[in-house]
Amino acid sequence: MSTRQNIVDISQAEQGTSLWHDAWLRLRRNKLAVLGLVVLVLFVAIALLTPWIAPYSYQAQDLELGASPPSAAHWLGTDIFGRDLLTQIMYGGRISLAVGFVATSVALLIGVTWGAIAGYVGGRTDAVMMRLVDILYALPFMIFIVLLSVVFGRNMLLLFLAIGAVEWLTMARIMRGQVQSLRQQEFVEAAISLGLPPSTLIRRHVVPNALGPIIVYTTLTIPNVMLLEAFLSFLGLGIQPPQTSWGLLISYGAETMEEYPWLLIFPGLALALTLFSLNFLGDGLRDALDVRGAKD
Amino acid sequence: MVTGVPENHIIRALFEGLAVKNPYTLEPEPGVAESWDISEDGRTVTFHINPEARWSNGDPMSAHDYVWSWKRLLSPAMGAEYNYMLFPVKNAKAFATGEITDFAEVGVKALDDLTLQVTLTERTPYFIQLMDHYSTFAVHRPTLEKFGQATDRFTPWTRVENMVSNGAFRLKEWALNRRIEVEKSDTYWDRDKVRLNGVVYFPTENVVSEERMFRVGQLHYTQSVPLGKIPLYREMKNSPYVQAPYLGTYYFLLNTTRPPLDDVRVRKALSMSVDRDKLNKTVLKGANVSAYSITPPDTLGYYPPQLFSYDVERARQLLAEAGYPDGEGWPGLELTYNTSEDHRKIAVALQQMWKDALNIEVTLTNQEWKVYLDSVTQMNFQIARRGWIGDYVDPNNFLDLFLTGGGNNNTGFSDPRYDDMILHQAPRAATREERFEIFYRAETLLMEQMPIIPIYTYTSKHLIHPSVNGLPSNLMDSLNLKYVWLDKDWQPEEASD
Amino acid sequence: MWRFITMRLLQAIPVILVVITATFFLVRMAPGGPFDSEKPVTREVKAALEAQYKLDLPLYQQYFSYLGDLAHGDLGPSFKYSGRSVNELIAAGFPVTAELGLYALLVALGIGCLAGIFAALRPNTPQDYIPMSAAMIGICMPSFLLGPLLVLVFGIYLDWLPVSGWGDIPGDKILPSITLGAAYAAYIARLGRAGMLEVLNQDYIRTARAKGLPEWQVVLKHSLRGGMIPVVAFLGPAFAGLLAGSFVVETIFQIPGLGRFYVQAAFNRDYTMILGTTVFLSVLIVLFNLLSDILAAWMNPRLRAQYGK
Repeated sequence: MSTRQNIVDISQAEQGTSLWHDAWLRLRRNKLAVLGLVVLVLFVAIALLTPWIAPYSYQAQDLELGASPPSAAHWLGTDIFGRDLLTQIMYGGRISLAVGFVATSVALLIGVTWGAIAGYVGGRTDAVMMRLVDILYALPFMIFIVLLSVVFGRNMLLLFLAIGAVEWLTMARIMRGQVQSLRQQEFVEAAISLGLPPSTLIRRHVVPNALGPIIVYTTLTIPNVMLLEAFLSFLGLGIQPPQTSWGLLISYGAETMEEYPWLLIFPGLALALTLFSLNFLGDGLRDALDVRGAKD
Repeated sequence: MVTGVPENHIIRALFEGLAVKNPYTLEPEPGVAESWDISEDGRTVTFHINPEARWSNGDPMSAHDYVWSWKRLLSPAMGAEYNYMLFPVKNAKAFATGEITDFAEVGVKALDDLTLQVTLTERTPYFIQLMDHYSTFAVHRPTLEKFGQATDRFTPWTRVENMVSNGAFRLKEWALNRRIEVEKSDTYWDRDKVRLNGVVYFPTENVVSEERMFRVGQLHYTQSVPLGKIPLYREMKNSPYVQAPYLGTYYFLLNTTRPPLDDVRVRKALSMSVDRDKLNKTVLKGANVSAYSITPPDTLGYYPPQLFSYDVERARQLLAEAGYPDGEGWPGLELTYNTSEDHRKIAVALQQMWKDALNIEVTLTNQEWKVYLDSVTQMNFQIARRGWIGDYVDPNNFLDLFLTGGGNNNTGFSDPRYDDMILHQAPRAATREERFEIFYRAETLLMEQMPIIPIYTYTSKHLIHPSVNGLPSNLMDSLNLKYVWLDKDWQPEEASD
Repeated sequence: MWRFITMRLLQAIPVILVVITATFFLVRMAPGGPFDSEKPVTREVKAALEAQYKLDLPLYQQYFSYLGDLAHGDLGPSFKYSGRSVNELIAAGFPVTAELGLYALLVALGIGCLAGIFAALRPNTPQDYIPMSAAMIGICMPSFLLGPLLVLVFGIYLDWLPVSGWGDIPGDKILPSITLGAAYAAYIARLGRAGMLEVLNQDYIRTARAKGLPEWQVVLKHSLRGGMIPVVAFLGPAFAGLLAGSFVVETIFQIPGLGRFYVQAAFNRDYTMILGTTVFLSVLIVLFNLLSDILAAWMNPRLRAQYGK
C-alpha cells in the first residue's frame, strides 16, 4: 500500500510545479516561518540600502568620545573609536549576510552533489570520494588559509571559496548517509525498477527526501560561516578595517564584554535574530516540502 | 608566588649571570662574580668569581665554566640567536662567523679557577650589563656533555631530572603549556637573602585569561594587563595596577625605496599628522608615552632629539610640496601590521587621522605573524608596524638598528656619516657626555630623514597582589626574585561600607 | 562486516600518505620559517639552525628522511620546544584533549539527544520551541564568547568554579567541558530533531502507533535508531573537530592540550610539530569516520544487511 502511494507522489512531481506550489501554500500557513522570512528580507533590504540610510559615516571617528553607551544620538552606542555602532552593524551585515549566503551556497552545492553521488553510486567511487573528504578534513586548515592569502591576496571571492571549501565536507558526509539509507527504501527501489535514469532519480526523489537534515544543517552552517569569516580575517584573508562584519564586531566585543557590554550585545543580537529567522524558515520549509508528512 | 610570565623570567630564576642588575637602580651588582676590575682603557675586564658560587648539584663554579659556555654560545654550529651579545669581545664575531676557528684567539681567558679575563675590541660601557642577559649565562658542562655535544640543540639536559643550574631557584616541575615550578635552591651562594620558597609560572597567550586568573586570586603577578581594563584598575583603591616606563619604542617602518615614501616630505607629512597625544589618551587609555624619536627618553640619562611635533598645517604644506596638495593625485598607501587587537586599534586610528589631516587614503593589511615577519624582512611593504625592546640600557641598542644593511633596519635608510658615528666615533668617546653627544647628532641625522614614524614609548604594565613586596618597577622590567617576598600577614582591608 | 572494516583500514594508508605529503609541502610553501622572530637572526645563525634540524638538505631528501623516521614511529624533534620530541609533546597533550573532548561529547550527546527527541515528539509546540531556541542560542554562541561568559558568571561573580586550569583545582574541568560541548549539543539537538521527525513520519512508525504501542516504546524501540542516523554521521567529524577545535577552549582555560600545540605549531611554523599533529589527527579522523560509518550501518538494518553479506 505504501509503495503505491509513493508512486503517485513521483508522478505528481514529474508533472512539474505543483509540489513547489503546494509547499509554498503550506509555508504561508506557518506563521513563524513567515515571520522568519520577513525578518530576513528586511535584513537583506537594510543591507542593500545601507549606504543611503546609515545614520552616520562608518569611518568617521570621534576619539574623544570613545566607547559610549546607547544614547539619543547613537541609539546603539559607539565603539572605542567613537564610531556609531548602529552604522557599524549595518555595514557589517552587508559583509556577513553576503558571506553567510554565498559561502553556504557553495558548500551546499558541492557537499550535496558530492554526498549524493557517493551515496548513490556506492562501491569504489564512494570509497574514493569519501576518502578524499577524509584527506581534506585532516589537512592543516590554518596553513592552507595563510597560503591562500599570500598567493592570491585579499579578495572576497577567495573568502567565499575558502569557507565553502571547508564547510562542504560535513555536508557531504551527512548527505551521503541520507542517500545511502534512502536508496534502500521501497519507493526508490520502485523508481529504479520503473527505469528512471540515476540523475533524474537523485534530483527528483533522493535529494528532496533528504532535504530535512540538509535544510537543518544549512541553517546551522550560515551562522558558523559568519563567525569563521572573522577568524579568516585574523589570518589575513577576507576583509580589512575599516570594513567590518558581525563576526568581527562580536569578537572585538567579546574582548571587552565587561567594560563595554553593548559592543557585544547588539552585534550578537543581529546575528542571533538572523539565525532564529533562518531556523524558523528552515523548519517551515522542511515541513512544507515533506511529501509524506503533507499527506496527513 | 605565582605569576604568568615569559620564558626569560624563568631562566633568570634558575640561572644567574656574572653580574646582575639591582632591580631598584639597574646598577650592576655582584652575581656569580663577587667583583670585577675594568682596565684604564676600558678594554680589559677581569671578573673575580665568588668562591661560594655553586651549581645546584654542589659543584663549585669556575672561570672555565664561562670559557666553555661562551665558546658554545659563539660556536657557528650552535646557531644561537643572541650570540651577538658577546660581539664586543675581541674576535668573538670572527669566531661566530667562522672566520677564525681557534677559540684561543677570542678574548676570553680563565687566568685561574676563579679569575676570568675578557678582552674587548673597543671600550664598551654597557658590557657589564650584558652579563645579566641570559645568553651570557654559564651552563653546566658535565651535564650537557653527558647528553651530547656542546652545540647539540636536541638534548634532554633541560629536563627536570637533568637540569643543573646556578641561580637562586632550581627547577621542580616543567609541564609544557601548563605550569613550571621552581623552588629555592640550597646551594645558591646568596641563599640567606632569598625569601621566597618557590615560584609557579603559568604560561599563557591570553592577557584576558591572565587578568581573570589574577582577579580570582590564582596569580600574584601578571605579565600584562588588557588595555580595556586599565581605567577600571586605575580607579581602584590600593590598586594592584603598576605602570612604569619601559625601554622600548613602538613605531612604523617606512619603506624609503618605494614611492611615494621615497620622498622625505611625504614621510614627514605622515609623521607630523599623527596626533600621538590624542591617540594615547583615548585609544591607548593613557597607558603609554608619546614618542618622537627612536631612543626612549632617559636611557641612562640620554634624551633623544625632538625635531617635530603634531602640526597638521606643516604636514599639509609638505605634502603639497611633494606634489599631492590636499591629497590630489595620491597614489594610495598600504599599512601592514601583524594580527593583534592593539595593533589594529592604532592602525585604524592612524588611517583616519591621515584621512582627516591630509585627505589621503591608506589601506590596512593585517598579516599572520610569520607572514608579517617575512614581509618586513623582504621589505615587501610600504608602512609596517614595528616595536623594539632594548636588550640593555644604552642608546646604542636602538641606534644601531639603522646601520646600513642592518638586519633590523628594513627601511632602506643608509647614511655613511651615521654608520661612522655609531660604529667608530661613539665607542672611542672618552666620556659618557661626549658619547651621548655623538648619539644625539646621529639620531638627529636619522630623524631628519624620518625612515620611521615613532608612536610611543612602551610602559610595563602589571597587576601585582598587595602582599607582594620587593618588586620595584624599572626601565628594563627586570625582575630579580632574590628581592621579592610575600607578606604573610597581609590581610585584605575590610570594605568601609 | 570484517571485510568492510579491513577494506577501510587499508584505504586509510593512502589517505594518510596523501595528507603527509600535502602537509609536508604546504607548510614549507608558507611564508616565514620556524626560526624567524621579531629580532631577526643573522644569516650564519639561521644557516646553523637549519643545519641542526636538517633543513639544509634538498627538499626531497628531507621528505624521504621524514617518511623513514615516521615508519619507525619517530615524528622528529620539535623546532619550537628545543629538547622535546614531537612524540613526547603529543603524548603529553593528547590525553588532556581526549579527556576534555570526551566530557564535552558526553555533555553534547546528553543534552543534545534529549532535547532533540523531546522536541520532535511534539513538533511546533512549546515543548519543541523552548529546547530548540536554547539550541539556537548555543549555536550562535561561539566558544570564544561562551567560555568567558561562563567564567565571568560562575568563576568570578558567583565564585563557584575555578577560572582556569585542568586537574589542578577541583572542579576546573567543568566549565571547559560545557563550553566545548555546548555548540555540539546544539547541533545534535537540531539534527536529532530533524532525523526523528523524518522517522516518526515513516510508515513503519505509523504502523507501530496504529498497533497501539505505547509512545515510549515507539520512540525507543522503533524510531531512535533511524532518527539518530544524521547525528551519528555528524559524530565522526564532530569528535575529530572537538579535538582540533578545542584550541579556543584550551587557550581560554589554560589547558595544556593538543589543540593548543596544533595551532601554536602552525603559528610557529614548527614543521615537525605541524606534521606530527596532522598525521596524528588524520589517523583519528579516519578512525572516527569509520566508527561513525559502522555505527550508522548498525543503526540502519538494510545497510547492515548489505555489509553483512
